[in-house]
Amino acid sequence: MKYPEKNVAITGIGQSRVSRDAGVSPLSLTLDAALEAIADAGLERSDIDGMSCWPGDYQDASGMAPVGIPALQDALRLKLGWYSNCRETAGQFGAIFNAIAAISANLCRHVLIFRTMYQATARKTSFANASFQPGGRAFWPYDWFAPYHAYAAASQQALYFSRYVHESGIKPEQVAQIALICRQNASLNPAAIYRTPITLDDYFDAPIISSPLRLFDCDVPIDGSTAIILSRVDCARDTRNPLTRIEAIGSSMQYRNSWTQLDDPATQALPGVAEMMWGRTDLSPADVDVAELYDGFSFHTINSLEALGFCPKFEAGAFIDGGSRIALDGELPINTNGGALSAGRMHAYGQVHEACVQLWGRGDRRQVAGDPRVAALSTAGGPLAGCFLLVRDD
Amino acid sequence: MDDTDKTHAARSLPFLTVDNRDFWTGGANNRLLIFRCNSCAYYVHPPTTFCPRCESRDVGAQPVSGFGTIFSFTMNYKKWFPGLDVPYIIAFVVLEEQDDVRLVSNIVDCNPDDVRIGQRVKVRFEQASDIWVPLFAPVSDLS
Repeated sequence: MKYPEKNVAITGIGQSRVSRDAGVSPLSLTLDAALEAIADAGLERSDIDGMSCWPGDYQDASGMAPVGIPALQDALRLKLGWYSNCRETAGQFGAIFNAIAAISANLCRHVLIFRTMYQATARKTSFANASFQPGGRAFWPYDWFAPYHAYAAASQQALYFSRYVHESGIKPEQVAQIALICRQNASLNPAAIYRTPITLDDYFDAPIISSPLRLFDCDVPIDGSTAIILSRVDCARDTRNPLTRIEAIGSSMQYRNSWTQLDDPATQALPGVAEMMWGRTDLSPADVDVAELYDGFSFHTINSLEALGFCPKFEAGAFIDGGSRIALDGELPINTNGGALSAGRMHAYGQVHEACVQLWGRGDRRQVAGDPRVAALSTAGGPLAGCFLLVRDD
Repeated sequence: MDDTDKTHAARSLPFLTVDNRDFWTGGANNRLLIFRCNSCAYYVHPPTTFCPRCESRDVGAQPVSGFGTIFSFTMNYKKWFPGLDVPYIIAFVVLEEQDDVRLVSNIVDCNPDDVRIGQRVKVRFEQASDIWVPLFAPVSDLS
């Protein structure tokens, strides 16, 4: 087969309780997610022979990445043919793309992939745990930003988003629809962090973080862990869930890989990966039943809608105007669990989990009608970008 | 309000390296120093010793005019640290000499409400420890 990802399937998903105060350790959350994913696939611990994650243990107190492969592998006593973390890759999905390569190279058959965040608890002692100290020295990727009191992803994204607004002419009430729709979806998801619907007035009454980013454009730091099992297709046929293949991936880097110099801040790095993905499938954007598009900030989702071809460049404003197209019963339901904006910052793996929930018909009150079979997924942020298509094959 | 840069919280600073030292210390002599290819005159930023245009390794710091244009900006309201005075402007400034050299900076010495994309700005420097931080302020188009 020309494209090896088509021989790889997601066979199981798991998620810990997602909260603002876990009360248990990040490794414990990770075990919850991992064990649930293994059982969901109908596998045993002994079937897992690969592990992959993004970004690996940060070994700091920020809660950004408190668990790496060594801690989880040892806790589960797994015996592996292949394992790797990754950070300098196509965003959080790099862990999936690497696992596809490892499975295709016959190094392993069932790969456990996980992403754990512990930022809610870490922030309760936030100043002590901050990555920056006034007068201190700043590390990549903030070395060119922190000297200007630009300390967070929000500062970087506000600079890109501002350029997008300038070039596209999108209106704030159009941008707001991403947050409103996510919250509406979250109201139907018992596991979401914020479930009370918000209005346009609520959106505009909330503080501006860094213009044009308002509070509800920013995702919610949480404690939680998501795990998935990636399996070789012939092995996946013996597992429990409907066969759900990775149809095509976009993993490329076609731009300057720089948070300051990336070629086009208004579109970030998404156009290149989207072009690669659509070049590896006969499907087209019209075939997508549900879109789980990264929403670390609502701007990311807007970028993805355009780059993945659901609407033309700089026309997302009109596409999401009023919200009906992207609602659960719209032509392109997005971020059906509430996304990171309302369900919590599972850092792209919330999107992966939810895509499977939808394709496997487990969405309960938020289930997209019409038996969805094709999901599009993206991640984004500055030079980081990745995307893939998931197709239920039964 | 008309001087948004008088923040009480000290700036977080870069580590000085062989490659970035000219950029972060040129302000001591009131000069903005940007790496430039001595073979084909292309500016290379962030500073490094390879010209991606002509493949020369002869690249080094040269002074630029200090004029640039605001490519994008944000008014930051979030108080990331105690003592940080908000709001303040963070911007991408592109150099007048070459528009693919993009600097993060603060726009200072102006009413922040008047800042616009496309506005012409000129560099000035603020010393912090061993660093001279390049900042930009609006200038009239005739400057």
